[in-house]
This record gives sequence, structure tokens and C-alpha cells, in this order.
Amino acid sequence: MSIDTVSDATSSPKTAQPFAELGLKKDEYESIREILGRRPTSSELAMYSVMWSEHCSYKSSKVHLRQFGTKVPKNDSMLVGIGENAGVVDIGQGWAVTFKVESHNHPSYVEPYQGAATGIGGIVRDIISMGARPVAVMDPLRFGDPENPDTRRVLTGIVSGIGGYGNCLGLPNIGGEIVFDASYQGNPLVNALCVGTMKHEDIHLAKASGVGNAVILYGARTGGDGIGGVSVLASETFDADGPAKRPSVQVGDPFMEKLLIECTLEVLHAGLVEGIQDLGGAGISCATSELASNGEGGMHVWLDRVLLRDSTLSPEEILMSESQERMCAVVEPGKIDAFMAVCKKWDVEAVVIGEVNNSGRLTVEWHGQEIVNVPPRSVAHDGPVYERPYARPDWMDVRQSSGPDNLVRPKSAAEVKQTWLTMTGTPNLASKSWVTSQYDRYVMGNTVLAQPEDSGMIRVDEKTGLGIAVSTDCNARFAALDPYKGAQLALAESYRNVAVTGAKPLAVTNCLNFGSPEDSAVMWQFEQAVTGLADACLEMGTPVTGGNVSFYNQTGEVAIHPTPVIGVLGVIQDVDRRTPMAWQRDGEIVYVLGATRDELAGSEWAHAIHDHLGGLPPVLDLNAEMTLAEILVAGSRDGLFTAAHDVSEGGIAQSLAEMAMRSGVGARLEVPAGIDAFTFLWSESATRAVVVVSQDCYEKFVALCDAKKFPVTKIGVVDALSKSIELAGVFGESISLDIEELRTISEETLPRLFG
Amino acid sequence: MAIVVVDVALKPEILDPQGRAIVGALGRVGLEGVSDVRQGKQFVLNIDGDVDEAKLAQINEIAATLLSNPVIEDFTVQVRP
Repeated sequence: MSIDTVSDATSSPKTAQPFAELGLKKDEYESIREILGRRPTSSELAMYSVMWSEHCSYKSSKVHLRQFGTKVPKNDSMLVGIGENAGVVDIGQGWAVTFKVESHNHPSYVEPYQGAATGIGGIVRDIISMGARPVAVMDPLRFGDPENPDTRRVLTGIVSGIGGYGNCLGLPNIGGEIVFDASYQGNPLVNALCVGTMKHEDIHLAKASGVGNAVILYGARTGGDGIGGVSVLASETFDADGPAKRPSVQVGDPFMEKLLIECTLEVLHAGLVEGIQDLGGAGISCATSELASNGEGGMHVWLDRVLLRDSTLSPEEILMSESQERMCAVVEPGKIDAFMAVCKKWDVEAVVIGEVNNSGRLTVEWHGQEIVNVPPRSVAHDGPVYERPYARPDWMDVRQSSGPDNLVRPKSAAEVKQTWLTMTGTPNLASKSWVTSQYDRYVMGNTVLAQPEDSGMIRVDEKTGLGIAVSTDCNARFAALDPYKGAQLALAESYRNVAVTGAKPLAVTNCLNFGSPEDSAVMWQFEQAVTGLADACLEMGTPVTGGNVSFYNQTGEVAIHPTPVIGVLGVIQDVDRRTPMAWQRDGEIVYVLGATRDELAGSEWAHAIHDHLGGLPPVLDLNAEMTLAEILVAGSRDGLFTAAHDVSEGGIAQSLAEMAMRSGVGARLEVPAGIDAFTFLWSESATRAVVVVSQDCYEKFVALCDAKKFPVTKIGVVDALSKSIELAGVFGESISLDIEELRTISEETLPRLFG
Repeated sequence: MAIVVVDVALKPEILDPQGRAIVGALGRVGLEGVSDVRQGKQFVLNIDGDVDEAKLAQINEIAATLLSNPVIEDFTVQVRP
């Protein structure tokens, strides 16, 4: 195997290089030559090509994402902001929380099990590299048409992968979403969120400081997995037939990851580490260039010291390999032995691969020959930035003007009942327990709430009961109708889901899933969604702590619905004060908080019954949303509520059905005056919740709503002796829905499709 | 009746956590000298009638679609004499 060294690159400037095959544009290749003052070596080309990819460099999204840095709300709880592996939020009592969501969409379509599994592995390493102990994961998922046979392949593989990896790792999976829409047929979305907790003093950052410090690679050995285009480089030296194409799929080992968590937390807590970085996309290229770029600015790496699983790997492949379960630490020379001893204890292999210096260069040698000599910033941070053209597409006019007003609505009590039964069983509204019961939701013993509750809740401190709640949400149909409003509605829903359990919303993470940025319509959706989210976060006082962008979720000309998945984290002082979603006790009063308007565009009813998408999404008043959250949090703290549940997809009908199915207890309800039964049940107006208040507390509760000038409507009482929901005022009649019948319909959909 | 054996194993460049675990276990029980282990699985198919070219093609298809995951696994098909 011949090695392309730096001196080769200087002496043979005209050698043709396969930059296009590696995904670099001609002008990007030219600017690499300009930075280096010569042609790159094949190893340098490998590094630049992965680090300047859309996935690693955010080259199309950067100009818009800057808004998250400029529109920062006043919020005292931010300890570490955007730019690190994950943001860190202060939750009081000396505790801090870090959380982040990332996409693993493309690998999960190619190889669903391993793609979804390694998605969890990657986000967990982001969390441990901040110094936090991972305490929970969540997976927001999007799939194509549930009746399409390929959806079965993708869904069953992804769900087993999440369960397989997460369960082996011993982390509870406390929430997430499962949504079906034909727009995701060739592009399922697999987003993975992880939450970690730590004491303030344990926060760590990714930088290589201290000249003379050692760079240690530890964890799994480096293999040939996850290498995309690099085979183009390597193949020059193989036979005419070429090597078997390296798979771009990575295989995860959750037991190794568990050792890596324990080993990493031990070396961090023992004070053995100056800087730390996980290895994800772009592997060693990314870790070394980012560490060097964030630190003193120089690093030397002996690449031939990297422990390999496959001894035939070329240096280019080692630089680009995305083998899982690896970490990189910067350690003072005097602490190397202690570091190695901890690694040995956990049976984790480790080797010193480099040294920090102040040369301002990242240099890599391979058996004594210099193969990389670059300014690390140029690789890690100063990649290309694109001002991609964006424009509102003309078809938005047609889409927004063809509202749901002409769709046939149920007009009698019998039709309303039938619609209710049908809606309960649609794939999007049906019970997700067939999926979530494959995940371990309670391991570690700190899960307070998990699916199907509105948010997942975890106890952080056993002595004081301090806890956190996390929810992820996005109704992509709203974003398709208006990406600016859609992103804000996603934030509002997630914010509400956290507040409804009694936790105060604090901070935001996001995973922005879109089509191709080279399409000006998609880029417009992206720009609108980011602006909408940044504006709303500023107004609501919840900063964006970090996130991820996934572009190219597109098959041919057809892009997915814009899907800005928003995660909100909240804090609750005592988890015993949480509000569950199920009503239970006889005679307690059921209220709807918020106003219901005739808003069915983008609703689940329009989608499921009429396959219709058009009109304008529900109006959103961010101030009202914040007031609602204040009521929900105050009511939980003061013990006013015995149950509360958010109203979103499927409207009030779905909220009531879920509250009843959760407990098996019925209620006697009535459609309020001034609104027809259909609109009341299935409109998806924002900023609403159903709350249940005991007879002792209702005066205090109503006074609270009045003081906040927030609309509240009594709709009935819980009936513990009844096993059905009785609803009066339905086009002059009453209907009765048997809870067991609802439950059967709700629970049989997913097993029928995928079981 | 004939017997056809299909061996399925992870591709050489794919991580094999179970194989690694066996290497670790060998060391712990004091059996030295084995530097690497790759674990696979074997399917023994009882075939009605003789195995001709068409049958073999069909078995290869079974191996490629059901018995293995061609994204990460290789397989071999052998007719047992």
C-alpha cells in the first residue's frame, strides 16, 4: 500500500484527486488547496471531505441557526450554551441537566436495527462527554404509510434496535413519538434524545488544553464500518476488481457503551481529564480537529498507534471510520497511568495516540511519514458556509387556500359516535404500547412518568424529590401548512406537555428534519421554521441549548413534510407533586382550559378521515401559552389537580378517551354551550388542556383562572361507577362510549399492522 | 432427500460483539493463544428431492433474503454429500 505523504503532495501538485466522489464541490476542493498552499494528501482530503459534509459542518444551515445565538432570552439557568456537545441547564440544588436530540435517519433506513441502535449510542456519548450520567432516552419517530409493506420492515427493525441497545445499556426510554405519514415513506425519521444529570462541578468541555498533554483514544477498536466514500481513495491501491465496498452501516455494542459510560464518568470524577470528546460522525478526524481547534491550537497524532479491528485498514479509512463506542480524552502526562488503570478496571482498551502542542497545526504521522499537516480550525470550524437561495414556493398559495371547510363533518349523534370510534383506532392516535412495551421504561428506578403520559419524568435527587420532565413534539402537517407557525406550535405543544405534568419549562433542544437544502422551497421552509422557533423561544424565555439539523430527507423530488421536532425540558421541585393524566375519583370536576375555535386544517381528523392537508394551522398566542403553563404548574404545586392532560392531535375527544382508558373510570360530560359537538371534539386549537379538580379545590382553581384572565369551561364530572364516557349535547342527543370498546380499538391497531 | 448447509456470519469489517466476548472469556478461563473469534450461525436445510441448479438458486435466494441480512452479513451455501 503506497502512502500519500505531505512531501508527495508538495512534489506532485498535479495528481488528480477524487474529490467529487467524496462529496466535495470543485470550489470547496480549490479552497482546501488554497488553505494548504498545495494539494491535500489523500488523508487530508478524507478529513476535509467528512468534516465539510453537510452533516458535520452545517454549511447550509449555519447562517440561519445563528438566530439561536442572537435571539437569546434572559434565562439564568443556562450554564453551557450552543456549540458544545450538548447544552447544560441549572435545575437548582447544585444539580445540572444536559439534554440533546440528534437524527439518525439515513442509516436507519438502510439498516433499521443497527441504525436506530447506534443513534442511541451516539447521543448517549454526547451526554457523557459533558460529564453527566445518562438517565433517560426518548425517540421521536416518523414512518411512512402504515399499510405499505416496507413500513413494516423499517418500523419493526427500528423499534427492536432502540429496545435492544437502550435496554442493554440500562437506560429507561420514557417517551418520544410515533407518527405515520406517507411523506416519510422513503425517509423515515429516527431522532434520539438523551438526558443526563450531574453536579455543577462535574461539567466538562471538549478542548485540548495544556501543551505536552496526551491525547488518549479509548473504547472499542477502530474498524472499517461507517466509512462512506473513502473506499474511493483506498481503492486506488487494490486490484482491478476493487475491494468489497465497505458498508456505510455501523454496528453497535451496547455492553461496550455501558463500560464506556462507567469508565468515562470515573476518569472525569477522579479529575484525570483536561478535555474530552466523543467520536461520532467523522470519527478521529472530527475528534482530533475539534479538540485541537478548541484548545491551544496544535496537536500531533501517531495514527499507526490506533488499535484496529482490521489490520488492513488504510490511514484514510482510520481517519474516517465511524466505528462506535469510542472516546477521546486529553490527559496530563503525570495522570496517564492512573487513567490507564481505570480503563483496565473497566476492561476498556486505551492508547495514547497524540500530544497537544502549540504549533497551530494538526499533524498526523503514519509509520514515521507525515500524512496530514493542516490548521485544525480550517477542518473543524471554518468550513464552507452557504447562503443557499430560498423562496416561498407558489404552491403554498394553493395549499393554504384549500382549507378543510368543505369536508363532510358528522352531523348526528350516531355519526359523532362512529367518528370517535374510528379516530381512536387511527395509526397516529392508537395506543403505542405495542412499541413502548418493547422498551424498558422503569430501569434505574427513577422513572416517575413514562409513555403514554404527556412527558417523561425522572427523579434526579432522591432526598428532595427534585425532578425533570421532558417532552418532544412536532405536528409536521402544521409545519407543512406554515413552517414558521408550525415550528412555534411544536414548541408550544412540547412546552405544554411539560407544564401539564407540573414541571416548569426551562430549555429547548431541537432536531430539524427537512428535505434537500438545494431546493429553494425546502430552504424556505427551513428558514421559516428556524426563525419561528427562535422568535418563540425568545418570547417564552426558553433558550435553545443545542440541537441537530438533518437535511436531504428527500426521495427524488419529494421532500418530507418539514419536521422540526422540539424537545422541552422542565424542572419540578418535588416529583410527588406531579399531575398524572388519568382521572380516577368519583365526583371530581372536569374542566377544559383554553378556547376552542373551528380549527381543523392539518388536524388528525382531516388527515385520517379525508386524507386532506390544506388551510392555515391553528392560531397561537405565546403569551396565552405561558399563562396556561403558569396555571398548570401552580395548580400542580398547590395540589389543585388530580389529573391533567394536554389537548393536541385528535382534539378533546382523544384527550378524554386517553384519560378514561388510562384509569378505566368513566365520566358524565356535556358539550359546552356556544359550540357544536364536532368542533368541540376534534378541533385542534392550541393552548388547551383538560384538567380534573376535586370538589374541595374548584373555587380556588376558578379564582386562579380568573386572576390570570384565562378561559376555563366546566364540562362535567368523573363517574367512578360508570365504565363509559357519557357525552350530552351532541346534536340534541347523548352518546355513550364504552371504555373497554375504546381500549380494544386503540390497542389492536399497531399489533394488527406490525405484530 | 439432500441436506444443504447455509453458514451466515457478519462481514469481516463489521464489529462482532459476541466474538469479542468469547475472546475475553477464553482469556479469563486461562485458554491462551486465540487472538480473535468470529461467531456465525449455521442453518441445516433438509431438501425434498435432488439439489439441482434451480434448487440451488432458490436456496441462495432464501439465504440472501431470509436467513441473512446482506447489509451486514455474508453467507455460504454447501450441499452436504
